[in-house]
Amino acid sequence: MTELIPALSDSEIAAIDAEIAHVPYRSAVAIDALKIVQAHRGWVSDESLRAIARHLEMSAEELDGVATFYNLIFRQPVGDRVILLCNSVTCWIKGCDKVQAAITENLGIGLGETTADNAFTLLPVTCLGACDRAPVMMVGDDLHQDLDPAEIEKALSGEPNRD
Amino acid sequence: MTDAPTHPLTRNVRPDRRPTDMAAYEANGGYNSLKTNIGQRTPAECLEIIKDSNLRGRGGAGFPTGMKWSFVPMDNATPGHKYLICNADEMEPGTFKDRLLMECDPHQLIEGMILSAYTLQADIAYIFIRAEYHKAIGLLREAITACHEKGYLGDNILGSGFSLEMHVHVSAGRYICGEETALISSLEGKRANPRAKPPFPQVSGLWGRPTIVNNVETLCNIHHILEFGADWFQALGKGEDAGTKLYGVSGRVKNPGCWELPIGTSIREIIEDHAGGMEDGYSLRGFLPGGGSTDFLTPEHLDLAMDYGTIGKAGSRMGTGTMIVLDDKTCPIGFIHNLTSFFARESCGFCTPCRDGLPWSAQVLESLENGDGRPEDLETLAYQIDYIGAIGNTHCALAPGAMEPVQSALKYFREDFEAHINEGCCPYERSASGGAVS
Ligand SMILES: Cc1cc2nc3c(=O)[nH]c(=O)nc-3n(C[C@H](O)[C@H](O)[C@H](O)COP(=O)(O)O)c2cc1C
Ligand code: SF4
Ligand code: FES
Repeated sequence: MTELIPALSDSEIAAIDAEIAHVPYRSAVAIDALKIVQAHRGWVSDESLRAIARHLEMSAEELDGVATFYNLIFRQPVGDRVILLCNSVTCWIKGCDKVQAAITENLGIGLGETTADNAFTLLPVTCLGACDRAPVMMVGDDLHQDLDPAEIEKALSGEPNRD
Repeated sequence: MTDAPTHPLTRNVRPDRRPTDMAAYEANGGYNSLKTNIGQRTPAECLEIIKDSNLRGRGGAGFPTGMKWSFVPMDNATPGHKYLICNADEMEPGTFKDRLLMECDPHQLIEGMILSAYTLQADIAYIFIRAEYHKAIGLLREAITACHEKGYLGDNILGSGFSLEMHVHVSAGRYICGEETALISSLEGKRANPRAKPPFPQVSGLWGRPTIVNNVETLCNIHHILEFGADWFQALGKGEDAGTKLYGVSGRVKNPGCWELPIGTSIREIIEDHAGGMEDGYSLRGFLPGGGSTDFLTPEHLDLAMDYGTIGKAGSRMGTGTMIVLDDKTCPIGFIHNLTSFFARESCGFCTPCRDGLPWSAQVLESLENGDGRPEDLETLAYQIDYIGAIGNTHCALAPGAMEPVQSALKYFREDFEAHINEGCCPYERSASGGAVS
C-alpha cells in the first residue's frame, strides 16, 4: 500500500483523460483526477500528487490546495474500509458518542485513526441524510442505520446492512 | 393521460423504497410530460407556466424558481453553453429528503431536469451529488443510460431539435459545496470557496456561462407542473404557498420519517400525526423547523402552518422543511454546541468572522456545557451572534445560518444557560463530552 508509484498508470491516465474531454481546461478535472488515483491506490501520496499535477499541467502546490480542502480526498493512508460515523445533531441526540465508544472499544481506534492491521479507518462525517434512522454510519460503501452500540460488531463484520 | 396526482413527488415511492425503473416509471405516466412539452410548447411558454405556478426553491432559501430562471439570458447573444445544475449535495444537518427522492424515483429527477433544461435552453446538465450517496449515484447513472436508449437525452431529443448532455458529478465532501457558488467553484475543480454576487450565476456561473442551480426537490416538481398546470400546483398548497413539500421529523419522536404533504400543513399535524408525537417519557421543548441553520421554535408554535411566510413571521425559516426535535432530556446547550462545532469545522476558511469566529463560539459553548462558563460568556455569545450573524459581515450565508440556532436558544432556553453557570455543570444526564464534533 505504501509503495510509491511515481507515474500514473495507463488506466489512471485513460480515466482522467476521459474527464478532460468534457471540460474547457485540464486543471478543471483536479478533483476527479484525485479521486481516480485514490480509487486505484487507496490514498494520494506526495508522489501521486506530483504525478497528477504534471498530467494536469498545474503546480503540485495548487493541486494540494484542492486536495486538502476535501475531506474525502485522503492525503494519508487509510484502512481497507473507511468508517464514516455521522456525528451531526440528530445522531448526537440519538447517541453517536456511544456508537463511537463502542467502535473504539472494538477496534482500538479513535477518530482519525487506522487499525494496526490496516482494516479500518474511523472518520467523522456530516449528516448522512438518514436522520430518521439515527444513529447511522457508513462502512465502506454500505450505510448502517439504527445503530445499537451493543451490536456494533455486526456492522463492522460486513454483514449485509438493514438498509 | 394520468389523473392529476395529489402526491406528485412520491407517487412512485414504494413502501419498501425499492427504486422505480424506466418501465415502472413510464407505466405510471412517466415521461408523458416530456413527450407533451418538448417541441410542443416553446421554452418561453414553459417559463410562464413555472412562474405562474408560484413554485419556490426547496433548497432552503425559498426563492421563486420562475423568477430565478427569468434572469437567464435567452437571446443567445453570446454563443456558448448554458448549464443546469442539480444540487444534490444534501448535507444540512437533519435533512433527509433528496436522498429519498433520488433513491426511490431517479427518473423523476431526470425528467424534471430535462424539462428544466429545455425551458432554460441549457445544453449541459450536471447532477452534483455527495459521494456518500452511492445508491443514488448508481441509479441516476442507470437512468441516464436508459434515457439515451429511449432518445430522451442526447442529440435532438424526440426529434425536437433540442439536445442535452447530462453528467453525474460525484463530490469529494465538505458541506460548503452545497452553497451554489461554492458548488460551481468545486465543479470547476477548485477549492469550494463561495463567490461574490453579483455577477449572479444565472448570468455568469460555471466557466463564466449562464448557470442555474436548483435543489433536487425543486427540479422534481417541474415536469409535473408542466403536465398538470400551474392552477393544479397552486391548489395543492394549503396557504399562500403552492405545491406539496417533503416534510421530515427526526429526533426523539415515535415515528421519525419524511412525508409529502400539502405545503402549509400545520407543524402539529406533522409532528403529532405523521411523526407520532414524542417518544414515551420525552416531551417537546423546541425544534428547528428546517435543518441545522434555522432558528428554534417552541411548542407554542405548533399550530403554525409550515410555509415560508408563516415560519418567517414566527422568527425562523422553513429552510429544508425537515425538523429536528429537541426533547426535554437533551441539553439545549449540548445541542447547539454540536451544531456550532459542525459549522466551525465546515467553514471554508475564506473570511475571518466565520473561520475564526465560529470556533470561538464553539469554545464558549463548550465551556458553558462543561460547567466552566461565567456570566460574561452570555455577553460574548450575544456579541458573536450580532457580528457573525449579520448578513454582509461574511462572504456567504454559512456563518449567519450557524448563528440562527444559537441566538434562538439564548432567547428560549436562557434558564438553561444560567443553570449551567450557576451549578457549574450540565444539569442534564446526557453528558456534554460526547456531543462535540471533532
Ligand atoms: C452553507 C450552505 C449550504 C447549502 N447546501 C445546500 C444543499 O446541500 N442542497 C441545496 O439544494 N441547497 C443548498 N444550499 C442552498 C443553495 O445555495 C441554493 O440556494 C439552492 O441550491 C438553490 O436551489 P433552489 O432555488 O431550488 O432552492 C446551501 C446554502 C448554503 C449557504
Ligand atoms: S462565511 Fe464561512 S463558509 Fe462562507 S465564505 Fe466565509 S468562511 Fe467560507
Ligand atoms: S444527523 Fe446523522 S444522518 Fe442526519
